[in-house]
Amino acid sequence: MPTVRIPTPLRKFTQGKEEVSIAGANVRELLANLEVAYPGIKERICDDAGAVRRFVNVFVADEDIRFLENLDTAVRDGDEVSIVPAIAGGR
Amino acid sequence: MSTAPRAIDPGPLPAGEALAQHLPRPRRVDSVIELVGNTPLLRLRGLEADCPGVELWAKCEFANPGGSVKDRAALRIIQDALARGDLHDGVRLIDSTSGNTGIAYSMVGAALGVPITLVMPENVSAPRKQITRAYGTELIFSDPMEGSDGAIVKAREIVEAEPERWYYPNQYANDSNWQAHYHGTAPEIFAQTEGRITHFVTGIGTSGTVVGTSRRLHELSPSVRCIAIQPDDAMHGLEGLKHIPSSLVPPIYDAAVLDDTLWMPTDEGWDVAERLAKHEALFVGHSSGANVAGALRIGRALAAQGRRGCVVTVLCDRGDRYFVPLKWERHYVW
Repeated sequence: MPTVRIPTPLRKFTQGKEEVSIAGANVRELLANLEVAYPGIKERICDDAGAVRRFVNVFVADEDIRFLENLDTAVRDGDEVSIVPAIAGGR
Repeated sequence: MSTAPRAIDPGPLPAGEALAQHLPRPRRVDSVIELVGNTPLLRLRGLEADCPGVELWAKCEFANPGGSVKDRAALRIIQDALARGDLHDGVRLIDSTSGNTGIAYSMVGAALGVPITLVMPENVSAPRKQITRAYGTELIFSDPMEGSDGAIVKAREIVEAEPERWYYPNQYANDSNWQAHYHGTAPEIFAQTEGRITHFVTGIGTSGTVVGTSRRLHELSPSVRCIAIQPDDAMHGLEGLKHIPSSLVPPIYDAAVLDDTLWMPTDEGWDVAERLAKHEALFVGHSSGANVAGALRIGRALAAQGRRGCVVTVLCDRGDRYFVPLKWERHYVW
């Protein structure tokens, strides 16, 4: 399963865990399954329409999904998916 | 062959220039650090349509030579440390910073001959790294997943390992930080509004600006309302602002000098930043957008009650500090 790295402000949803293993063939499925496992976390990452919020960056294997296929970006077993708030600097 | 003499007409004085030439503008200085502070106060007339009867003013901190409000704190922190003897030969200043304070330390350090080392999350934008390095500053990176708190922790570890090598000012706990605003920003605003200020509102980063300015404004005029702005959630995109309930609380933070706190969604701050650029010709950062969004909320509330007011906020820095990487630069390091 892919590994998802959780940023500090969202670890209150993951019982403090920095990394969690979540199934999903693409980022959309992965975020949906993340919400099932940790209820409440998805609305901090995505807006009401389901798009990743403007100030949140999602990386699959160090590539920003905005430069890939966005939520349809494929995720493979062993990939590391990082959710990074933009607060520490430019995107 | 002869050419007719060309009439040389310099044209009329620009509007307002005749008056401006009689105002004190002592802009002939010996050092760049003398350009810190005494920033202009700008009226946001276009936005005042949202709140008839209420004046909205913004302190143009982007006009500081390092480009941000942080020049004030950095200058006083370094001057006070030199005066105390905390900074001397063989000692480097080290601090954690997500950007503007680092640029300010780097500028002041270069001006006063003080070597600077900065710890910052690795995901700060490339221009930030380039600007600080241009001044000769040494950079050490912390985990991008840990944000600014991670940089604080790493800076502390480095200092504890070799305490004799470093002066660690810790802007979050350094009284020089808020004192810069107590002695600078506040009396400047009071004089520039001729004492008419009714509300001061600005975001909390280290809390130095809001605490120092509010403390002095309350002394100058007890009726002034001083209001802080915080992001409405721990997961936010208002860079430079701190969500206190989920953060290490800055020791200089003093809620007793604040009359109220506004909780600001990222989208509201970003939208006002865009509005400022398009309609006020002010291309400023997102923290400035959040600050003006807060001023607008106060202005609208006053106008709804039929009250007048003079609301002052802070434009922390310019928007060009936050350019996103171009698509072909996507392999930047995170």
